[in-house]
Amino acid sequence: MGGDGPIGVAMGLDAAWPSVPHPVIVVSTDGVVRALSAPAQSLLTAAVPGGDLSGAVPLWLSDAHREFVHRLSTADLADSVASGTVHGRRFDARPTVLDGEIAWWLLEDTGRDLRDTQQALTREQARTAFLDEASAVLMATLNVDRCMTATVALATRHLADAAAVVAPVSGNRLPIVCGTDGAVERRRVDADPVVVAGLSEALRGFPPVPSRWIDPAALPEWLVPESISGTVGSVLITPLPGLGVPAGALVLIRRTSEPVFGEDEELSARLFAARAGAALSAAALYAEQSAITSTLMRDLIPPRLNRLHGFELAGGYRASEDHQVVGGDFYDVHPGATPEDDTLVVLGDVCGKGLEAAVLTGKIRNTLQALSPLAQDHTGVLRLLNRALLSADHTRFATLVLASVARRDGQVTLRLTSAGHCPPLIVRSDGLVEEADTRGQLIGVLEDIRAKTFETTLAPGETCVLYTDGVTEARGGPLGTAMFGEERLSAVLEQCAGMPAEAVVERIMMVTTQWVGRRAHDDIAVVAITAPRRTHLSAVDGHTAGRYTA
Amino acid sequence: MSTTVPAARERLWDAVRDGDEYAAAAAVFDAIDTGVTPEDVLLEVIAPVQRRIGTEWAANRITVAEEHTATAINDRVIAALAHHPANAQRPVSGRVTVACVDGEWHALPARLLAEVLRLRGWQVDFLGAQVPTPHLIAHLHRTGPVAVALSCSIPTGLPTAHAAITACQAAGVPVLVGGAAFGPDGRYARLLGADAWGPDARAAADLLAAGVTPGARPSAHQPIDDLPHLGDQEYSLVSRTAPQLVKATVTEVEHRFPAMQTYTDQQRQHTAEDIAHIVDFLATALYVDDDGLFTGFITWTADILAARGVPATSLHPTLESLQGQLVDFPRTQRLLEAALIALGRTATDLEPIA
Repeated sequence: MGGDGPIGVAMGLDAAWPSVPHPVIVVSTDGVVRALSAPAQSLLTAAVPGGDLSGAVPLWLSDAHREFVHRLSTADLADSVASGTVHGRRFDARPTVLDGEIAWWLLEDTGRDLRDTQQALTREQARTAFLDEASAVLMATLNVDRCMTATVALATRHLADAAAVVAPVSGNRLPIVCGTDGAVERRRVDADPVVVAGLSEALRGFPPVPSRWIDPAALPEWLVPESISGTVGSVLITPLPGLGVPAGALVLIRRTSEPVFGEDEELSARLFAARAGAALSAAALYAEQSAITSTLMRDLIPPRLNRLHGFELAGGYRASEDHQVVGGDFYDVHPGATPEDDTLVVLGDVCGKGLEAAVLTGKIRNTLQALSPLAQDHTGVLRLLNRALLSADHTRFATLVLASVARRDGQVTLRLTSAGHCPPLIVRSDGLVEEADTRGQLIGVLEDIRAKTFETTLAPGETCVLYTDGVTEARGGPLGTAMFGEERLSAVLEQCAGMPAEAVVERIMMVTTQWVGRRAHDDIAVVAITAPRRTHLSAVDGHTAGRYTA
Repeated sequence: MSTTVPAARERLWDAVRDGDEYAAAAAVFDAIDTGVTPEDVLLEVIAPVQRRIGTEWAANRITVAEEHTATAINDRVIAALAHHPANAQRPVSGRVTVACVDGEWHALPARLLAEVLRLRGWQVDFLGAQVPTPHLIAHLHRTGPVAVALSCSIPTGLPTAHAAITACQAAGVPVLVGGAAFGPDGRYARLLGADAWGPDARAAADLLAAGVTPGARPSAHQPIDDLPHLGDQEYSLVSRTAPQLVKATVTEVEHRFPAMQTYTDQQRQHTAEDIAHIVDFLATALYVDDDGLFTGFITWTADILAARGVPATSLHPTLESLQGQLVDFPRTQRLLEAALIALGRTATDLEPIA
């Protein structure tokens, strides 16, 4: 650490400077760097002993040195502290007068630095907490309207006095949700986004645009919530970036009395907009998918069954995959043209589960609807259906039951034909449970099929039950592994003598689903056809005056 | 024919007992014609009749089949009432969803609430009985209602109800709950984090009118945050091994009562079902960590059995067998012990005065 020069007092001091553990730079009165400590050297990398001061230190320090030297002569040395930054760190520079030299000590105000750092940290923590809350609230909902409302609510709580979310044009109108903290309004405005500078670009999403300031005077009234008090001071428009498609634009409004948006707040607004945009975009995509699905599913959902031409009809359905609404089991009803004509009731089971099987049930239902006028001959209908299935691309098959029901001469007549399916059960008034004597071959496999039809009548209070094997083959029970079985079903039906059709269906569905508990199960479908217990003036749907039907 | 509310109730009761929907409709419409409001018909005539169906079954004065029939008649009457031109109502308030939690078959209380809300001008989506939770959530996302009303009548549905409540709240929709399962004072509603609870349909409708606001919750709220004791896994283990517990209990009980060995298959089946029911309630009591839920069920079962001529002490062997099988489960032991004590009291309550 010693110098190479001749040893003298001045030289010794110069040699000692590098080992001072604090940033200090020693400069001659004519602006030449004499020495500097090691910490100063790492701070002022360009400084070299013997070199010029002005190239080695920031301007504020070299100016301060020159000024100080000038004042040396006037001996006015009080308050000779200079301040400035070196490489982003803030220093106070304090001079010490030596013989022909000034030693500039660079001191960091660690107290102030600490406070500054703490303030910055607090701001960051607040921003993180806000963005965290925003994420939690926005990601929770896949509903577009709620998402826009939540965005406005969050913005008005944390970022601005008023806010508006503008969604892309739909149906020739501009959907807007705007508000202040606590009061949110929804509007659909017949206006062109180009009237507001920056709005149409933000809504288009391409080319990507940053947020921009707009003149408060140019803000149209349809963007300003009614509940805002005071005049508009500053307005910021930020695009809401979506997932490949623009989700909309966010407009933040501050009143004149509030401070203008700072750079830090602009950053917060942008980060918030990114989250809001992602959530809004996901909600819009979900809504679109949902609408398509609902429309397509409408025809696949089992129909509501009601009182028809003098007899009761009820159905129950539970798909195997709980989140699916439809599956491979189905039922349908094709009412006769007049009350004396047969009504065709169908219940069936396509092999497989889930949506693919459901699509096939739709095709079968449509085919049977076309064939229903021919239902005088069940076997003929089954043969035509069989041919239709054989000629299709897939290799799926199905079992089903056809039931032709009519009320004639005060009695409910039934013709039942099973095609490979569990035969229907008939609950008589005395509680006896009878199995319909019908059998037939399943459809969609064999070239030609045969079937035998069973005819019977239902006395008042008697019920015919069609069901799929989701009932009888349900596994569960108190010990968890037993099959529900045909015997148990018969035992349940014995208790259902005289019950209305919906009650019979409800009882079977209840007992079956209680049997399986939370375990997996196959599709379950049940239809009950019941002869009403009481004859009465028939009122169709409760609206028209009916005929006396006894 | 008299059409005061109590008279209408009696007429309706007779009609549903008889399975006569026309007499039922007549009773209700006559009441309307003399000025009883549709809301009062629903809540003061139909609802009490439905409650009476339940208590009569519990007292063994009507069979299960009669209970289903009576409920179906009541349901038809509500439908007829809804379609009556006098009760047509255009939706003027917000949109609300009403549903029974998955596994809940008693749809009538929810149906009554849905009708009351519709009459009060709400746009109501009534999803019916036993709604799988994913369906419910998809529906909420699609329709964005202002609140969802969930119904649960049977206490063993509470764990499922909890999952449904949390899921609905996570989807951003506040939850109002109702039904006997939540306790007479709604204690389980609070425990499971519901945003509101109504003791009956009118109270629920009033709460919805005032606005159900979501409570303050930490982000990413999980069910276990409401019930930290679930961390000891007693609930999971008991509910997962329920079939084995039931099987072992049946065997043990048969051992202690040789008479049971001559039971018919059907009697043995009933015994197994009764024991499974007790295990189910035990699991639920572990879920909410409440002695009262289990002891309440056990004493209620004792009363039901007594009404059918079976002594309350028949429950002892089941409870003692479970005690023996679940020795290492402290909360379970506490529940079983409390139930045995409660039974001891009940048996002495029911003993005839010598």
